[in-house]
Amino acid sequence: MTENSREASSVLAKHTYTVSAVVRGYAGRTLYVNVGDGVIESKPVTQEMKDKFIGGRGFDLWLLWNGVADDTKWDDPENEIVISSGPCGGTTQYPGSGKSIVATVSPLTNVVIDSNAGGHFGPLLKFAGWDAVEVQGKADKDVIVVIDGTTGTVRIEVAPEDAPGDTHLLGRWLLDRYAADEEARRYTSSITAGTGSEHTRMGCLNFSLYDRKRQDLRYKQAGRGGIGTVLRDKRIKALVVRSRPVKGDSNAPADLGRISRTGAEMHREVREFDPIQNRMRSRGTSYLVQIMDDYDLLPVHNFRYGSHPDTPQINGDVWEARFTQGLPDGCWYGCTIACAHAVDGYEVKSGPHKGQIVIVDGPEYETIAAVGSNCGIFDPDVVLEINFYCDTYGIDTISFGTALGFVMECYEAGVLDTEKTGGLELSFGSADAALAVLHQMGQGEAFGEVVGLGIRGMKRYFVEQYDTDARFLQDIGMEAKGLEYSEYVTKESLAQQGGYGLTNKGPHHDEAWLIFMDLVNNQLPTFEDKAEALHYFPMWRTWFGLCGFCKLPWNDVVHPKNAQSAEPSKIPHHVQNYVEIFSGVTGREVTSQDLIDMAEGVYNFQRVFNIRLGYGLREHDAIPYRSVGPVTAEEYESRADRYDEQLRELLNLEPETMSTEEKMSALRVHRERQYELLIDAVYERRGWTADGVPTLSKLQSLGIDYPEVVAVVERHL
Amino acid sequence: MKVLSHDPELCVGCYTCEEVCSETWFKLVDRSRSSIRIHDDGSGPLRAVFCVQCGECIAVCPTEAISQDRRGIVRVRKKLCVGCMSCVGFCPYDAMFYHEDQTEPYKCVACGKCVDPCPADALAILDEQVAQ
Repeated sequence: MTENSREASSVLAKHTYTVSAVVRGYAGRTLYVNVGDGVIESKPVTQEMKDKFIGGRGFDLWLLWNGVADDTKWDDPENEIVISSGPCGGTTQYPGSGKSIVATVSPLTNVVIDSNAGGHFGPLLKFAGWDAVEVQGKADKDVIVVIDGTTGTVRIEVAPEDAPGDTHLLGRWLLDRYAADEEARRYTSSITAGTGSEHTRMGCLNFSLYDRKRQDLRYKQAGRGGIGTVLRDKRIKALVVRSRPVKGDSNAPADLGRISRTGAEMHREVREFDPIQNRMRSRGTSYLVQIMDDYDLLPVHNFRYGSHPDTPQINGDVWEARFTQGLPDGCWYGCTIACAHAVDGYEVKSGPHKGQIVIVDGPEYETIAAVGSNCGIFDPDVVLEINFYCDTYGIDTISFGTALGFVMECYEAGVLDTEKTGGLELSFGSADAALAVLHQMGQGEAFGEVVGLGIRGMKRYFVEQYDTDARFLQDIGMEAKGLEYSEYVTKESLAQQGGYGLTNKGPHHDEAWLIFMDLVNNQLPTFEDKAEALHYFPMWRTWFGLCGFCKLPWNDVVHPKNAQSAEPSKIPHHVQNYVEIFSGVTGREVTSQDLIDMAEGVYNFQRVFNIRLGYGLREHDAIPYRSVGPVTAEEYESRADRYDEQLRELLNLEPETMSTEEKMSALRVHRERQYELLIDAVYERRGWTADGVPTLSKLQSLGIDYPEVVAVVERHL
Repeated sequence: MKVLSHDPELCVGCYTCEEVCSETWFKLVDRSRSSIRIHDDGSGPLRAVFCVQCGECIAVCPTEAISQDRRGIVRVRKKLCVGCMSCVGFCPYDAMFYHEDQTEPYKCVACGKCVDPCPADALAILDEQVAQ
């Protein structure tokens, strides 16, 4: 931070503090910043918070719960954005230990969204003295919040008018402004959105990290649920954090040796097995593209189909050749899984940044599937171009791709035409039109403004404006709770239908990913089996977000000995690693069951939070039929053998005597009934009523029967 | 480039080299802090593990803390190291060591301090090609 930059800034509010040392993974306090009235405060982290909410998403939810009212909407000033890493965040010895978790009331779902990102912000925030930052209020002009752990100051500054709008320029501008030399750059991180976040409901956050090898910035996205939209609605241009240099003991673990031992062993496992398993180190999550296609699970043409002959044009082999190889592409120090690959030296081909040479972060599997196969686009250059612009505009690639797939099906079904799209021919595979829509979203103009509403908003708009058949839109619109689906076809996996539908935030794979267990390996034959999996895995995956962990090192590289374990799907030897790291950091000795218990408390708290905001009941766990079965005759006929056999075997029908419409109808009744039975079984396992409300005894057993929590639940019992 | 060389036929397993190494670099006679480790699996000649200066760890390091000096010796710069253990796990010879009391790993830099004290003349500093 230079004197000149400070003088050049207009400081609206300033707070000074003593940067205290981290103790066993906790800084011991959280930061409150109100960009509306300029109040900046420090709040203590209580033992109760550590015991019940742990950190990360748990802290986010607790602070957000106390910050908002029952009727808070996403764009109300009292809505907050809360960011926390968790007690293990900032550990350098174990792969995937630098996640930041964000929560807010979502503009897409109107309930709490949580989303996580790599990058350096969360750990550096802790090392600057804060376990979480909570921003509230609305500024009347663009502001930058600066948290400087080297000087012990927090400032709200007016953002100069020449500050760029889009992240790939803004991030660099911030770095030049707030990090004067190479050492400062290493320990500075920003959170930004982009112009697209200002004009759409699906804005994402970009978390920066300074890449020492490239001597440039990289970005990881907290993509889901429109948090970037909330950031820009508050007129926050950026959050910037700077800390003192990071060392191996910056997180002050209780037992450094235990952490180092566990980490070193995991690195050896990655070295030995990644090259013969998923090859994450050379192609990241893009390896999944071909596998999903092979199993008929890759979304194609708005989730109508699960495979396409052109998939090899965008599969992992293609990206392995495009990604720069040989660099340690972890998004936090010590992540040898290193999936955060990039295409260097990419020349932008369209839009306002045409001709610039940039780094494109990714694309990851979800992006490739969303903006690629789901939209019928199998040109890797177009996927890269969309990936770049989504990130720099601050638009979630998943919501964009899933929403665009919906638009394309509407266009081909006649719901939309060129008159309604402003001349854009948006059939599947129309790359130029897809990019045109994206640029319109970046500028907030023309048809892009409509797409920016998200699928739920578009459904409403099309019914109101064009008198479209609402049921058809409901069937094909791949959203639940208002959030666009992430990229797995679930028609043949009832468990994964629940994995998407029976979630707190909406259909996203980070709660449960059960397709292979259910569909491929047939490990969940009964409703009880599925319900148990839909208890265990959402809790287990929630736990990562409490502590600052990434899930990928848990299950994307596995020692072969795992196959001989009692429950291979849980990967017990890696679960034990997390027991070691959590205990080693916090000094709190835990068992693997304790991890689930921690998460269950937070998970149920989030469910009650949704109920408090007017949602979170059974009716809100409904899912579109496109995720359950074939909506159209064309879809049915494309997999007629499969569906006919099911009619024969499961329903004792004779498909050869039935019309396609009759077969579709019979299948639909059966499948929708199965989903309802699944809900019954899952709610029972989770300790919820038939309406999806956590019972008082469940809340008591979890120790979260606070009066204000009980009051919410009692209204529904 | 000069590197350390170990002759298993001559080694008697006295561990003097480990003690000298730890004393040289940590001022402690503590074999668990040595950058050379003698292994005896009971079925043949003793095996010594130490860095051969191959440089595989350089690309793995996320902070550019590992580099080769003018003599070709691979060195860890403590100031830049964040103690992530990536180099420990990725060393093909398991020759990057760590101690549970400190954050930065350490390794043999072919200083040769262990050579003269070896009572069996099993150690030498040799030109890389000769050592191979």
